[in-house]
Amino acid sequence: MLLPRARGAISAEVFARLLQAPPGVGTVPMPPGWPDHFEDPLEDEDLQVTLWALYELHYKGFEDVEDEWEWDAGMLAVRRELERSFEAALRTLAEPHVRAVVGGKGDLADRLFDLTEAFEGPELSAYLQRTATREQTEEFLALRSIYHLKESDPQSWAIPRLQPAIKSRLVELQFDEYGGGRPERVHQALYATTLERAGLDPAYGAYIDDVPAIVLATNNAMSLFGLHRRLNGAAMGHLGAFEATSSLPCVRYAAGLRRLGFGDDAAFYFDEHVEADAVHEQLALRGICAALALDDPSQEADIVFGAVICLALDVRFAEQLLGAWDSDANLLGPEHDGVPVPA
Amino acid sequence: MSAAVRPDEPQVEVTLCPGGPMLLRGATHVIDDDGRRVPVERPVVALCRCDKSGRKPWCDGTHKLLPLEI
Ligand SMILES: [Fe+2]
Ligand SMILES: [Fe+2]
Repeated sequence: MLLPRARGAISAEVFARLLQAPPGVGTVPMPPGWPDHFEDPLEDEDLQVTLWALYELHYKGFEDVEDEWEWDAGMLAVRRELERSFEAALRTLAEPHVRAVVGGKGDLADRLFDLTEAFEGPELSAYLQRTATREQTEEFLALRSIYHLKESDPQSWAIPRLQPAIKSRLVELQFDEYGGGRPERVHQALYATTLERAGLDPAYGAYIDDVPAIVLATNNAMSLFGLHRRLNGAAMGHLGAFEATSSLPCVRYAAGLRRLGFGDDAAFYFDEHVEADAVHEQLALRGICAALALDDPSQEADIVFGAVICLALDVRFAEQLLGAWDSDANLLGPEHDGVPVPA
Repeated sequence: MSAAVRPDEPQVEVTLCPGGPMLLRGATHVIDDDGRRVPVERPVVALCRCDKSGRKPWCDGTHKLLPLEI
């Protein structure tokens, strides 16, 4: 993959630097035109694409960027500044929901299951099951490809930081995500097959220039939680909420793909997640999140924070996508200024 | 080092999830309602306990849509 297209002054400057040789010693100042504060970090295309690219240095990197940049102290300082604004916005977004769950009565797993079931949002999966056109379904698949082609990788960062009993549960879950020892069953690979069978580009990062800030923010939140040991609880809470809101929608996504004649191979990724995530939600919320909070009660607030962010960003994504479709527009497109692109 | 279980000793563990499925660890097959021998293909599987799953014997999360706790 090559670096994404810049979306503003910051990404233009950061990407221009990344295309040069790393300086060796961290001396990179903040890009010129750095704002006093970001108005709306979650919807800021420039911030989100810069952060996404800086995180990507820790995953697969870019063909046009030298690997040394991954640990360049100056570039890490830029990332850290962007993260501060991003995390503050996530905290503000999650606060009221977190307060309602933390310290509540009963087992944390039950409270988190209740949270996922009570969280209000538009029924994107029902729309895709019954109503969406072939083009809309393709758009949905492409938007989701940014995550599913690196599915589970952001959570793997947490493995060495957990205590053994909880680590063993996470690895058990990840083993299933990574195909249970069968390379062809790695969930990332199953999604690539879905894209291919839908006539879409299965290459990693193929749609990065075409996705809006909300998609980048969804991915960036997982990388933020995964890469910071301090945010391990949030990473696991996010995982739990993700798994607990997957099985039932996946039944509908699979039905929608079959309704439109995409075929069984295209639907298989979703079929697999109906069963897999009915297991994973129990492992993640009971075996990992509740166990983590029991072991260290100070983690509870961040576990809930991560869970809320998963749900809240998912709702935003659904609202923006259905909102765009409602006005005959698209979320996937070559120009992103924070507003849907007219079809 | 824990020496409770030797790796060559097969061991099946059952976990009952409150209001949810039964988790099976270490099983190789499940005999379903119709007497079919269904192979277990993941490290842990969730067996339906609400009887409403569309994927029996496996859980598909349908218990969450039921009005009463099982
Ligand atoms: Fe998965
Ligand atoms: Fe999963």
